[in-house]
Amino acid sequence: MSDITKATGTPGAEADFATADVPHHPRRTDVDPRAAKRAERQVAGLFSVAALFLLVAVVAYVVIPVDAGVNLPLAGPVGALNLALGLSMGLGILCIGLGAIHWARKLMPGTEVVGSRHEMRSPDEERAEAIAAFERGLADSGFASRPIIRRTLLGALVLVPLPLVVMLRDLYTAPEGAPSPVEQLSMTIWGEGVRIVSDVAERPLKLEDIPVGGLVAASPENLQEVEEAEGNLNARAKAAIILVRMDPSEIVSQQGEGWGLEGVLAFSKICTHVGCPIALYEQRTHHLLCPCHQSTFDLADSGNVVFGPAARRMPQLPITVDEEGFLVAQSDFQEPVGPSFWERG
Amino acid sequence: MNTPVARRRHPAALLLLLLGALAVIATAYALVQTSGSARAAGAPASETQVDQGKSLYLEGCASCHGLNAEGTAVAPSLIGVGAASVHFQVATGRMPLAAPVVQAERKAPQYDEEQILAMAAYIASLAPGPAIPTAEQLDTTNADLARGGELFRTNCAQCHNFAGKGAALTQGKYAPSLMESTPQEMYEAMLTGPQNMPVFGDGTLTTEDKQDIIAYIGHLQDQTQPGGFSLGSFGPVTEGAFLFTAGVALLAAAAIWIGAKLR
Repeated sequence: MSDITKATGTPGAEADFATADVPHHPRRTDVDPRAAKRAERQVAGLFSVAALFLLVAVVAYVVIPVDAGVNLPLAGPVGALNLALGLSMGLGILCIGLGAIHWARKLMPGTEVVGSRHEMRSPDEERAEAIAAFERGLADSGFASRPIIRRTLLGALVLVPLPLVVMLRDLYTAPEGAPSPVEQLSMTIWGEGVRIVSDVAERPLKLEDIPVGGLVAASPENLQEVEEAEGNLNARAKAAIILVRMDPSEIVSQQGEGWGLEGVLAFSKICTHVGCPIALYEQRTHHLLCPCHQSTFDLADSGNVVFGPAARRMPQLPITVDEEGFLVAQSDFQEPVGPSFWERG
Repeated sequence: MNTPVARRRHPAALLLLLLGALAVIATAYALVQTSGSARAAGAPASETQVDQGKSLYLEGCASCHGLNAEGTAVAPSLIGVGAASVHFQVATGRMPLAAPVVQAERKAPQYDEEQILAMAAYIASLAPGPAIPTAEQLDTTNADLARGGELFRTNCAQCHNFAGKGAALTQGKYAPSLMESTPQEMYEAMLTGPQNMPVFGDGTLTTEDKQDIIAYIGHLQDQTQPGGFSLGSFGPVTEGAFLFTAGVALLAAAAIWIGAKLR
């Protein structure tokens, strides 16, 4: 069975395969030259059809206008160009595959063969030789008999990753006076007196604009400027909020005394689990549901988690109105928004 | 079986008689209905319309919502919900409720437009609330489709799905598909916040914003699928399930064909 002396031989070499000791029934193509010829024609035919389909795809791409439609019985109206391209290219590649398999099944050798596997273990004399070479090296180098060399070498090797770790830690260096990465994760561009504007329309909001049961996706008024100055969307990713209004009698608790205003509450829009933006708010239950992993927050009860994998409540933004009556933030969020991070504690 | 007595008592006779009686009643009812709508067509919320609405309310709604629309243990108060809310709930068939379930479902309306307007006028006469949007408010000829899409994705897509096909909420509730919604229904829904939908009043989404959104949903409703099967536009769930079942079946068939013994 196993051929130990040929253990280093190339896999698939001729000698590794032996005709299997099973009854062999020759195929029709093996005994009838006409059947073999027919199979050959079929394979060639499939390849030719494939070539034809692929040419049809090129022609279809040139001929069929982009906006032409066609009505299919089950799928309804679909684009004619997409349909033609998909069908012709798909059928072309399919015919190449069918031809290849047909070729292998009908014309390539049909005899059953056995490919032998080799034992993984090296022969005993090779193993003994290797161990002897290792021990000779150990003795010759003096690795065991000169401990000072051994220890300094190990010490040097242990320190090899150290510069990399230091550089990794300093991948980001805050500019002079700028907040550290931890501080950046802990703060947003909300601050005292920053006006709340609705998303897209960017309208400042008054208390009476938001009906009971209402929901508004909103952001800080200075977001545009900050984004242009920073050249990225980091500020938006942290500062996005939703405003909801409920009957004040339905509010069980808030994260801070006087953080809401006549039933209007502002919460971060970023899920505290892994940071999906969420606005899936049910106005009757006051539940805010994250569609990513079904974390559910009760906005009438301090934004506490009532279901799902989120470990922290949804941070609430303290709000009030300015002298013109527009809704503004009292301050920044009092806890970091979004998912937890290492240094958050 | 061939006796005259047996023939007279054919089992179908009673059924036919009942059907005949029902047909007569239905025809008479339809006639009364048509003459009724001819009388009040296009009339503003007149005293008679409020009266008609009140009698319809007492017949069909009061058992749950209370004799004075004050609400009961099983149904909310309707005082101050406005005509728009009544029109939305009844015109989409959600009210009257077929059974006390988690969420009212869209079904064929049980009342005609004139009756719905009468009930809406009655409820609006109890206390002020959002009015049924005017034709001018529903006019989307100058709407900005791209802005509507942006507003839709900001305010609606989190529940109604990016393609407006609807999606699940918590505990068996769901945001319905918008594919059958008329502009008026969408406007009214935003204005009144039916069931668990938040209210998007004119202070947060102006009439113009609502028109843009409605135009965008209209565009989604009319959209053809250039790629063929959309599989419901529900995202990876249906697409993955389809690919897994159909793909695995195809692969298995191919493996069987490749491995089949040849003669």
